[in-house]
Amino acid sequence: MTAVEDRAGLPSDEPAAPEIGKARRRKEDARLITGKTTWTDNMVLPGMLHLAVVRSPVAHARITHVDVSAVREAPGVIAVYTGQDFAEEQGSLPCAWPVTPDMVNPGHPSIAVDQVNHVGEAVAVIVARTKAAAQDAVELADVDYEPLPVVLDMERAVAEGADLVHDHLESNTSYHFVFDAGEMGTGSDTDQAFADADVVVSRRFVQQRLIPAFMEPRSVVVQPQGDNYTMWSATQIPHILRVMAAMVTGIPEHKLRVVAPDVGGGFGGKLQVNPEEILCLLIARRLGKPVKWTETRSESLMTAHHGRDQIQFVDVAADREGNVKGLRVRLLADMGAYLRLITPGVPALGAFMYPGIYKFPAYRFECDGVFTNKVPTDAYRGAGRPEATFAIERIMDELAVELGMDPLELRRRNWIDAAEFPFTTVAGLAYDSGDYETATQQALELLGYDELRAEQQRRRESNDPVQLGIGFSTFTEMCGLAPSRVLGSLSFGAGGWEHAAIRMLPTGKVEVVTGSTPHGQGHETAWSQLVADSLGVPFEDVEVLHGDTAISSRGLDTYGSRSLVVGGSAVVKAADKVIAKARKIAAHLLEASEDDLDFAGGKFSVRGTPGTGLGIQEIALAIFAAHDYPEGIEPSIDAEATFDPENFSFPHGTHLCAMEVDTETGFVKIRKYACVDDVGTIVNPLIVEGQVHGGLAQGIAQALYEEAVYDDDGNLTTGTFVDYLVPAASDLPHFDTGNTVHAAPGNPIGAKGVGEAGCIASTPAVVNAALDAVRHLGVTDIRMPLTPERVWRALHDGGDGGERATARTNAQAADSTEGPSMTGGAL
Amino acid sequence: MTPITVRVDGAAYTDDVEPRTLLVHYLREQVGKVGTVVGCDTSNCGACTVHLDGEAVKSCTVLAVQADGCEVTTIEGVGQDGLHPVQKAFHEMHGLQCGYCTPGMIMASIDLLQDNPDPSDDEVREGIEGNLCRCTGYQNIVRAVRSAAAEMRGGGDGNGHVSPAVVDTAAAPHVAVQA
Repeated sequence: MTAVEDRAGLPSDEPAAPEIGKARRRKEDARLITGKTTWTDNMVLPGMLHLAVVRSPVAHARITHVDVSAVREAPGVIAVYTGQDFAEEQGSLPCAWPVTPDMVNPGHPSIAVDQVNHVGEAVAVIVARTKAAAQDAVELADVDYEPLPVVLDMERAVAEGADLVHDHLESNTSYHFVFDAGEMGTGSDTDQAFADADVVVSRRFVQQRLIPAFMEPRSVVVQPQGDNYTMWSATQIPHILRVMAAMVTGIPEHKLRVVAPDVGGGFGGKLQVNPEEILCLLIARRLGKPVKWTETRSESLMTAHHGRDQIQFVDVAADREGNVKGLRVRLLADMGAYLRLITPGVPALGAFMYPGIYKFPAYRFECDGVFTNKVPTDAYRGAGRPEATFAIERIMDELAVELGMDPLELRRRNWIDAAEFPFTTVAGLAYDSGDYETATQQALELLGYDELRAEQQRRRESNDPVQLGIGFSTFTEMCGLAPSRVLGSLSFGAGGWEHAAIRMLPTGKVEVVTGSTPHGQGHETAWSQLVADSLGVPFEDVEVLHGDTAISSRGLDTYGSRSLVVGGSAVVKAADKVIAKARKIAAHLLEASEDDLDFAGGKFSVRGTPGTGLGIQEIALAIFAAHDYPEGIEPSIDAEATFDPENFSFPHGTHLCAMEVDTETGFVKIRKYACVDDVGTIVNPLIVEGQVHGGLAQGIAQALYEEAVYDDDGNLTTGTFVDYLVPAASDLPHFDTGNTVHAAPGNPIGAKGVGEAGCIASTPAVVNAALDAVRHLGVTDIRMPLTPERVWRALHDGGDGGERATARTNAQAADSTEGPSMTGGAL
Repeated sequence: MTPITVRVDGAAYTDDVEPRTLLVHYLREQVGKVGTVVGCDTSNCGACTVHLDGEAVKSCTVLAVQADGCEVTTIEGVGQDGLHPVQKAFHEMHGLQCGYCTPGMIMASIDLLQDNPDPSDDEVREGIEGNLCRCTGYQNIVRAVRSAAAEMRGGGDGNGHVSPAVVDTAAAPHVAVQA
């Protein structure tokens, strides 16, 4: 680590080194490492009552009778509500993305009234003096259910005569979404491309169901004050939540303030309007008392939205020389029982990324959104793009095998060359900048590719029981969500702009208000770096305010790797306006023409007159006093800006995984992982690296460890951290990371976004590596996660090992064999 | 209700608790030590880790009555004379993002270093495997623990900085800028 050069250590007349690019330690850390945090569950208000939710133990049933009389008699219980109590006022939880005009949305009550459609759905809410009293009373609720057929398997759900999740609907299909490049004019006819092709490779991939599993369980506090309400919630989206909660409950928007205090991770899982948020509002309104709900981990895994869960049918067409000619993708996407905030949009967002970095002349995408009796799916880190990247990077390897080509050579032959940017793809996206060859070369060096290939050869020749494989993933993603007009064309219910305000305080200190709401990303640090450079003020003089709709009035929050790209750009634009306003004051006070003023290092000076000048922090004091300023302008240099990007940004990179596969036990172990990412301009290399690491962990976890499993009755059998395997330190390798930098042309920072890169890129690299190790033994696919049982079955029984395998994973197996072991033993 | 007397972060508390009360709930709800958090209900995540008479425990697996007569140290008390070297190292090495696992991770790491003052990367990974982090991918946590270990052994400069010879401190990536 390069030592941090503090401004305090520099001579005062030397310009400070730019903050952008510095590995600043985070401002956020001081409270987080000392336990002086404000998690929502830490909040205690006078008279506060606690909620516990009675949840359905069955996946699909009519509610025939609810008896809560015993609950009412329990010690400490103040009230109990069932679905009938809120039937008239609860409305429907919002779905903001009707991806087709005829999409079927059955509506989603916050609390079930007469039917439950997945295990864990709320059927009653208990309000008590203490959380323990509320929880104790849960088992006193007596609910009778009349079972309905349980629909779990997507392929069966869309078959003729299938049982229905919502029996008032005609089928289990919510929508049929199509993108056809030929029809859109962005490509040629796909059927013709396949008819003319020398080679067609078709595969079926399964994106298993995943759980975001943020570390801080969800928590909500609502305080009523007259007809005003303040809601604190562990959410990624206080601004969106405010709008949506107002629309759902009828509480006027200006009477509702939403605060996201310290939030412990989200990964898309807190990009949601939760039933419990609405129920807290409704109950606080009824009782006129502050209420709190905090979930247990089991509740979280069972009822917070899940991610992925798609079946992908992928066809690729090519000529004998390995030039790709066409791509066809058909998806079944599991919606779960209801459509939540962006449930239907997740696979549709991925639609545009299946062509990856390759120059396909023809492309067609179709997706059916399918209802099942499971908890709804929605955004999880990457949201549509990991699925797309997995499909294209896996099928490129399959095509290479079919053609007898080196998988890297096949990629090179078809990827967009550096000189071709900006490049409009067959999906109609204009990729902004990049250089896939350079990133790949660096990644090969980081991995030690040639040595590992030589070792792989030796192991093959000696029939080593532990075989070695190398997997590629040369990926790109669309980030910086999003140009508002594009979102409009995709029928999304909101824009994609972001807002910022800068307040220049009399003492020269700076308050930056951002509409982008962090939950671990380090906005306070990175935004301070942006403003320190823009305004030429010390890093320490900048305070970043966020996450409270009473302070940050406009915002669209944090998801889709948008914060720096869109929110950071709004901050820079606001700073530009501050400088423009201050320039007029400076010209007046310096008795010079505005045109003759230079602004550098936080100081306006008259060109050609060294030694003179006025600092922007001095101007802040002068305009606060307002004794002497030009006629015709307002006495303020504060400014705000709303930035709406004109295009997405397109980070890219090359991820390489070297994997050892024990052919006797099925145990897989990452030998080495190397990646080179291009995320555009890097504001803080420490934060960028941390985001890549965390993304890698989650992407590798999809490949090797995690799967949300339901039994035949629709019970989640991975409902605790005993069974849902978030990897521990001992389950993950060291990562060798690097960067190339091609600034994004579409925003003033040049940033492309980094939050999802590692998660999107890594999964196919890991699976491709495992297959590369054992393909010569006849294995062509292994179902994720690559548990030892699945790997062993694929080796011994053929197929993808997934049909008979349980959810027992590498990590669990490791507890009973040798190798790294899973959680639980350390303390 | 059962009366207990516990010393928490240096101060003595005498309280009546239900016998079923978990230590973590006692700390959070009765003592007000909300720096210690709850992350799961199966003792897998370690977010609630505190020291009980100097040894790390998951405070969701200890009853408050079992802590009667004991000394409890939480994240709020571990650096009462300034930051503990492990706290400093987590900051210096970017060993946290959202920070929810951090109190438990720091308390577990301090315990690990008491047992093994000079752990290898693998020993750190195995030593903290009872604590889950969803943000960092653990690499910078490993760096932080090894950096703190070096400082606690006397190899640091007192600011969480240690020489590259002691531990690989290359936390920032090599940034190659193309034209």
